Amino acid sequence: MSKAQAPAPERVRRVSPLRGLITRPEFGAIVGTTAVFLIFSAIAGGSGFLSVLGAANFLEVAAQVGIIGSAVSLLMIAGEFDLSVGSMVGAAGMIVALGIAQFGLPPVAAVALAFVFALFVGWLNGTVVVRTGLPSFIVTLGSLFILRGATIGLTRFVTGRTQVGGLDEFTRSDPFSQLFTAFVGIPQGTATAQFKVAIVWWIGLALLATFILLRTPFGNWIFGAGGSAVAARNVGVPVARVKVLLFMATAASAALLACIQVLSVGSGDVLRGGQKEFEAIITAVIGGTILTGGYGSAIGTTLGALTLGMTQMGIIFAGIPADWYQFVLGGLLLAAVFVNDWVRRRASETRR
Amino acid sequence: MTLDGPPLIEARGVSKYFGKVIAIEEISLQVRPGEVVCLLGDNGAGKSTLIKILSGVFPADSGSVLLEGEAVHFASPRDAIARGIATVYQDLAMIPLMSISRNFFLGSEPRRQIGPISIIDFAYADRITRQKLDQMGIHLRDTTQSVGTLSGGERQSVAIARAEYFGAKVLILDEPTSALGVKEAAVVLRHIVQARARGLGVILITHNVNHAYPVGDRFLILDRGRSVGTFSKAELRPDQLLSLMGGGEELSRLSHELESYARAVDAGAVPIEPPVQVGEDVAGGA
Repeated sequence: MSKAQAPAPERVRRVSPLRGLITRPEFGAIVGTTAVFLIFSAIAGGSGFLSVLGAANFLEVAAQVGIIGSAVSLLMIAGEFDLSVGSMVGAAGMIVALGIAQFGLPPVAAVALAFVFALFVGWLNGTVVVRTGLPSFIVTLGSLFILRGATIGLTRFVTGRTQVGGLDEFTRSDPFSQLFTAFVGIPQGTATAQFKVAIVWWIGLALLATFILLRTPFGNWIFGAGGSAVAARNVGVPVARVKVLLFMATAASAALLACIQVLSVGSGDVLRGGQKEFEAIITAVIGGTILTGGYGSAIGTTLGALTLGMTQMGIIFAGIPADWYQFVLGGLLLAAVFVNDWVRRRASETRR
Repeated sequence: MTLDGPPLIEARGVSKYFGKVIAIEEISLQVRPGEVVCLLGDNGAGKSTLIKILSGVFPADSGSVLLEGEAVHFASPRDAIARGIATVYQDLAMIPLMSISRNFFLGSEPRRQIGPISIIDFAYADRITRQKLDQMGIHLRDTTQSVGTLSGGERQSVAIARAEYFGAKVLILDEPTSALGVKEAAVVLRHIVQARARGLGVILITHNVNHAYPVGDRFLILDRGRSVGTFSKAELRPDQLLSLMGGGEELSRLSHELESYARAVDAGAVPIEPPVQVGEDVAGGA
């Protein structure tokens, strides 16, 4: 090939290791998680935040939001939102609770039913979004209310109440339920710190999401679908299929969280999972995923979930009224958005 | 240049209507191996409609598309790509937030098996990306840097390299130079010439005569959906090409006006060249 060229502009860019780090999507999350940890260690370290009990507490909160967060962040990187995951937690949880307590299904069957239902709703959400081209924000805002309304209405129609309890007697001796309810107890004086199996699910799903995103062709398609759906389609990426599958994944992650909550507590409540859709988006954004798609990290989302867990429990350990949790979370979200915006500019800045 | 045998791709009397609007009517085009056909025309002339038919975005309402002499119906852009028709769109050539090697192989990732799981072979992807870009004169320190760090001309060049790597026989370039500076445009035009030398058929869409004339073998000029004619380079001078496109008279009148205006205000302080000569500069440089 001809290398004889007019004097070319500088082709080789030197990038310092520090610059390499700060242009990673996770950079903001690493800083944020460290800062939140240090702050609560300082103000609540003496009152239990740093204890084994404290860790068990904030890891459980982190695990619950992180399970949904992993799937939600992949979907956001693909350029779509799913606001219906919170309602799906309530709906899938009620299928499990009613299935076991009302209809006498074995837990494994009730759980399978909940997952089938979730995958179907996820498929429906995704198909409506890719077929109509409407913003997923609006479509899934609709399904958020439809799911919640149907859950409340049908549960009251079947049972006359909005809560279904008494699952313990069916699940206590059921080995399958242990998948969602097991824990490792570490005695701490009079109390016992319970490290729940939810933490394993959380870390496992985070690793799976990271692997898919960074190592597989499907992960490349996720980035492409969110970065520019038209450009990705032009080179043969099945954008619609990628998006539909991710909507199914977010719904399934909500069903998993529902199984963990309902089987651990032993009761279903139609209002379970309220605001989880927003918390999941917040963990993704704190983790460096941008709202317009094409950029983000599942590792970052895991750190975002940890930040959220530490904040929620740290406030309690610090003796601050829990009412202030949402205030702090909102502040964290805004700070994360500012940092991410800055990072993205650095990552994509064009040399002129 | 080989001119025997059937054309790589041919449009025979294709028409496309959007409701009452005639997007294009009775347009014919042939591209042979080692030939650059320029598709010229003002905004709204139907250039984009024609290439969307050729690249499988939508079918023609009438007329036919022939690939190496045989009638074809592209089911999708992916179908067209599989048959060797690669299209590089101006704004959509690359995804800025993704790395260069991820972009290069997007949709056709090289795979490696780990047990039952198939993962991207990044070592291979990085090596090929670097090699292909080196051949184009783009020397990267790091193929994992984002495409956003490349200039507009480099992005077009990478997209051309990718299309060739994946076996394109026909390269359709939609306004590849319109957002570029003079030097950058010259680099992209050089890649077009090189692709022609390797025996590809190239369809270059542009409304810039100065970019079309130096690299084009034949020129199809569209005006409001209809063909003004197909001309070989020997038949035309750049200024004739420009006036066929319908912009020549306006521009020469404008430059006369501006010249006399400048003379009246301050003779010599504001030199205004007739637009045609700019093209010859690029021709000389490329």
